[in-house]
Amino acid sequence: MRRHGWLRLPFWLTYLFLYAPIVVLVVMSFNRNKSPYTWGGFSLDWYGRLAENDSIRTGLVNTLIVALGSTVLSTVLGTLLAVGLARHTRSRLLDALSTLPAILPDLVIAIGLLVFYSAIKLTLGLHSVLIAHTVFGMAFVTAVVRARLGGMDTSLEEASRDLGAAPLTTFVKITLPTLAPGIVAGALLAFTLSLDEFVIAFFTAAPSEPTLPIVIYSMVRFGVTPEINALATLLLAVSFTVVIVAQRLTRLTEALR
Amino acid sequence: MTARQPARLLGKAAGRVATMGPGFGFLTVFMLVPLALVLSYTVFRRGRFGGVLYEPTGENFTRLADPLYLDVVIGSVKLAAITTLLALLLGYPTAYLIAKLPARWKVIALVAVVLPFWTNFLIRTYAWIVLLNSEGPVNSGLKALGLGPVELLYTDGAIVAGLLYAYLPLMILPLYSAVEKLDPELREASANLGARPARTFWSVTLPLSLPGVLTGCVFVFVPSLGNFVIPELLGGGRRIMVGNLIRDQFLKARDWPFGSVLALAVIAVLVLLLFAQAWAARRAGRGA
Repeated sequence: MRRHGWLRLPFWLTYLFLYAPIVVLVVMSFNRNKSPYTWGGFSLDWYGRLAENDSIRTGLVNTLIVALGSTVLSTVLGTLLAVGLARHTRSRLLDALSTLPAILPDLVIAIGLLVFYSAIKLTLGLHSVLIAHTVFGMAFVTAVVRARLGGMDTSLEEASRDLGAAPLTTFVKITLPTLAPGIVAGALLAFTLSLDEFVIAFFTAAPSEPTLPIVIYSMVRFGVTPEINALATLLLAVSFTVVIVAQRLTRLTEALR
Repeated sequence: MTARQPARLLGKAAGRVATMGPGFGFLTVFMLVPLALVLSYTVFRRGRFGGVLYEPTGENFTRLADPLYLDVVIGSVKLAAITTLLALLLGYPTAYLIAKLPARWKVIALVAVVLPFWTNFLIRTYAWIVLLNSEGPVNSGLKALGLGPVELLYTDGAIVAGLLYAYLPLMILPLYSAVEKLDPELREASANLGARPARTFWSVTLPLSLPGVLTGCVFVFVPSLGNFVIPELLGGGRRIMVGNLIRDQFLKARDWPFGSVLALAVIAVLVLLLFAQAWAARRAGRGA
């Protein structure tokens, strides 16, 4: 480390840059003042206000419905896909296809689905957002579960097969339990991603049923209020917890390379 | 043995369909078909209320050369390129040092890089509105130093700051994995042969980590081009980027064919950069 003394400056600058805005947001959410810029003493007022805000509550309920639904769907489809890619094929094309939703810009996925929904005359609603979020949620579940499969000892599966177990039995009794931490981590990631996703929801949601990020977007466009700071702090707490739990369950940082 | 062969083949095929069928079926319907639709819309005339009239035309592509739109494209490429360069300048040293940390700290440092990325993107952008506002903390600091207040919000600089904040983690992760894979013996060999550290960096470390550099650049540059929220919220709508233009074609102007052409342009940039990355990865693989 000593040899790279001058490299420390950009290193610490990176972390300062990443965390200073977050710290400012969190501190200001406990500010008594109405102006979010000057400190007027500690207060939890803005959290109370938040609880009374109807549009935020509706947005939160919509978001939870979408996030839970798309997480279940992403987890089932993504886990199966990961097992298939690891055990049943060597095709690099299929491999690339499974990661494509994570690489494509969100705006491209968003307009694609808008065009598609309009072509099949599907009425927009929470279901259309749920499907859209499954498209990329699945890609992340697949990646995380595959990373877990990569480090998995196959001898147990082989033993199960040699002892005459049907493929389905082996899958349910051996493969799934071994993969469980990866599956849970993937599910958690799909959940936070959906919870926070804005661009695709903006294109595929019905105006009457906005998700929480869409509600935040319209609030932010009207200007800065300490209420948003309070909401931001709560959302940050949820995301941080989920990601740290996911990291504990699997070596997330390895999977996302 | 031979009698069981067809049954086993059948079992293999069944396993394939049972595991990958639902996932790829879903992706085909909800990703590939929509993408194909967008591609096909590029050659048709616009419908009056969105959608298309099925009359072929090349007009949508020639409109891209209209100075009005060309300016938007050049301006966005400039801002996205500046963002990418800054991400590289901050990200490379950071990734390099992370790779040198003891294992325990390495994980903590990496998680600390990833954490902000998994938080709400609007909230992260909102944080910069608070920071850069004329009465915000940055300006109070400048005022205290007798340098301000300066107009920071609603400038190109604010857009770059927002984009950098949104995508810096996506630069650091691939850089980290590229640097970490490097064989330290190569650097030692270079040093033993008398190369100074700078020389070793330019002729050994950097070329071998080039695939990671390019992956990081793709992950920062392409989404920066396609972002419409940050130019709107931090640029105050004064700067229109490709992302804003695409959003407007679909949600305001209802010119889906032209919007599709713009989206195709973004996909083309993505594909081009991915090919460059694959090429660099092959070269680095051969060298090592």
